[in-house]
Amino acid sequence: MSTIIDGLSLGAIYALIALGYTMVYGIAKMLNFAHGDIIMVGAYALYSTLLLGQSPVVSVLAIIISIVACVVLGVVVERFAYRPLRGATPLAVLITAIGVSYMLQSIAQLIFKAKSRPVSFSIPGTTFGIHNSTILTLVVGTVVMVALTLFVNYTKTGRAMVAVSEDRAAAELMGINSNFIISLTFAIGSALAACAAIFYLMQIPLVNPTFGAMPGIKAFTAAVIGGIGSIPGAMIGGVLLGVVEKICLSIPAIAPYTTAIEFSCLIVILLVKPTGLLGRKRREKV
Amino acid sequence: MALLEVKNLEVNYGLIKAIKGVSFEVNEGEIVALIGANGAGKTTIMHAINCILDKMSGKVFFDGKDITHARAHSLVGMGMSQVPEGRRIFQELTVFENLQLGYYSKKDKKKFEEKLNEMYSNFPILKERSKQIAGTLSGGEQQMLAMSRALMSSPKLLLLDEPSMGLSPLYVNTIFDMIKKVNEMGTTVLLVEQNAKKALSIADKAYVLEIGKMTKSGTGSELLNDDSVKKAYLGG
Ligand SMILES: Nc1ncnc2c1ncn2[C@@H]1O[C@H](COP(=O)(O)OP(=O)(O)OP(=O)(O)O)[C@@H](O)[C@H]1O
Ligand SMILES: [Mg+2]
Repeated sequence: MSTIIDGLSLGAIYALIALGYTMVYGIAKMLNFAHGDIIMVGAYALYSTLLLGQSPVVSVLAIIISIVACVVLGVVVERFAYRPLRGATPLAVLITAIGVSYMLQSIAQLIFKAKSRPVSFSIPGTTFGIHNSTILTLVVGTVVMVALTLFVNYTKTGRAMVAVSEDRAAAELMGINSNFIISLTFAIGSALAACAAIFYLMQIPLVNPTFGAMPGIKAFTAAVIGGIGSIPGAMIGGVLLGVVEKICLSIPAIAPYTTAIEFSCLIVILLVKPTGLLGRKRREKV
Repeated sequence: MALLEVKNLEVNYGLIKAIKGVSFEVNEGEIVALIGANGAGKTTIMHAINCILDKMSGKVFFDGKDITHARAHSLVGMGMSQVPEGRRIFQELTVFENLQLGYYSKKDKKKFEEKLNEMYSNFPILKERSKQIAGTLSGGEQQMLAMSRALMSSPKLLLLDEPSMGLSPLYVNTIFDMIKKVNEMGTTVLLVEQNAKKALSIADKAYVLEIGKMTKSGTGSELLNDDSVKKAYLGG
């Protein structure tokens, strides 16, 4: 039982990150390979702020700074690295994203050096034998995802996001500023990444320049499993992967193969349904 | 003063010169038709006017303002609206949501209900299907939706790119009746059509486009009776 809760909680983290991949893919039509490194920046922002001391005020401040740093970074990266390439071949954009990823890791390494730094940021204690941090992750993750779903489906701006994702030029003809919508998408994705970074640090209290790589690639896998471009797909994919991971880890005989099993899930699902669980084929439009 | 004025428009796609110096005007209250064979450059002209295309030379004025390098999304607020080639309705959204997006540039909630009811009474089928996913509408219904979506913003100028494409004669008549009605209610119309006969029959003024150049212009009825137009576009 607690394994399942742990899995759901880890899954919520993956889902939060996967949402960033999937929303950016759906709306800006690109794979943002630097998304994992946004998580890393969020983690360092939290770490740096916590150096100010140990108090509830500092903790809240750290959370805010972490989210703001990620949002600003996400929007700036989109504006200056990706937007000039709008209309370029997907390969050029992908390579740029990989470049941004290395750049962020290198900058982090310059500032913080390569060694891992401890971050103690969690809620001590347990409830019904489950870590309070785990419960918090699950609760906040769920609330955030519900809020996002409501936002996308029931607000004017959310509707505009769906329109841009389906047909950018037609959306422009409706008066929708697609550049603004894309910036907003990066902002939301990055804010979710910051939340994920904070929760991930509660489980793995060490940050280093490649901190974002593993959760990043797992969440990307989750997004593809769920059907990249699909918001509920990213949530389901994330939760699925989190649960599979925790179950595997809880069985000593197969624990060493956990990562391999997770990626095998991807292969199996893509073989059965190439577009992912909730993905749909889209006609490309000019 | 013309509501829309296009001056010496040139558009290149790489080495292909798609539009080679085109000028024309659309006056307030008119229906202006642009006819031409496949690949003549009609859609390119539409994209240049609505600023979906940016790499061009020449000038485009709308309502007295230079919109040559305007942002596409700013035009609907200025009073220009479009039914693009191939309809381009939002397939994953419902009929109602598509109409809502047509009103995106406006704020007044009460006016929205009014416009919505106006569209529903124009095409009652849209009301019946308001909750249906737009991608599952028939081609003709999608065309009605595309047109209604464009009209939601109460445009001064309506651009229509091949509204009759792929429609059965009955639907073609429905759409053309609606174009006439919209025009009578005060909307200026720029119409691109393959169905030259239909287009010329409702046009106050028409232009013939041949591989990127205007080769003829006149009133609709003049061109309907023009021998070379008859031969090339009206089937002899
Ligand atoms: N994105 C593009 N890249 C390269 N060439 C293009 C592009 N779009 C259009 N063209 C070319 O420009 C010319 C004009 O195209 P356009 O779509 O404007 O024609 P059209 O008159 O609308 O034709 P149709 O009646 O078939 O819709 C064509 O030769 C077309 O191949
Ligand atoms: Mg065309």
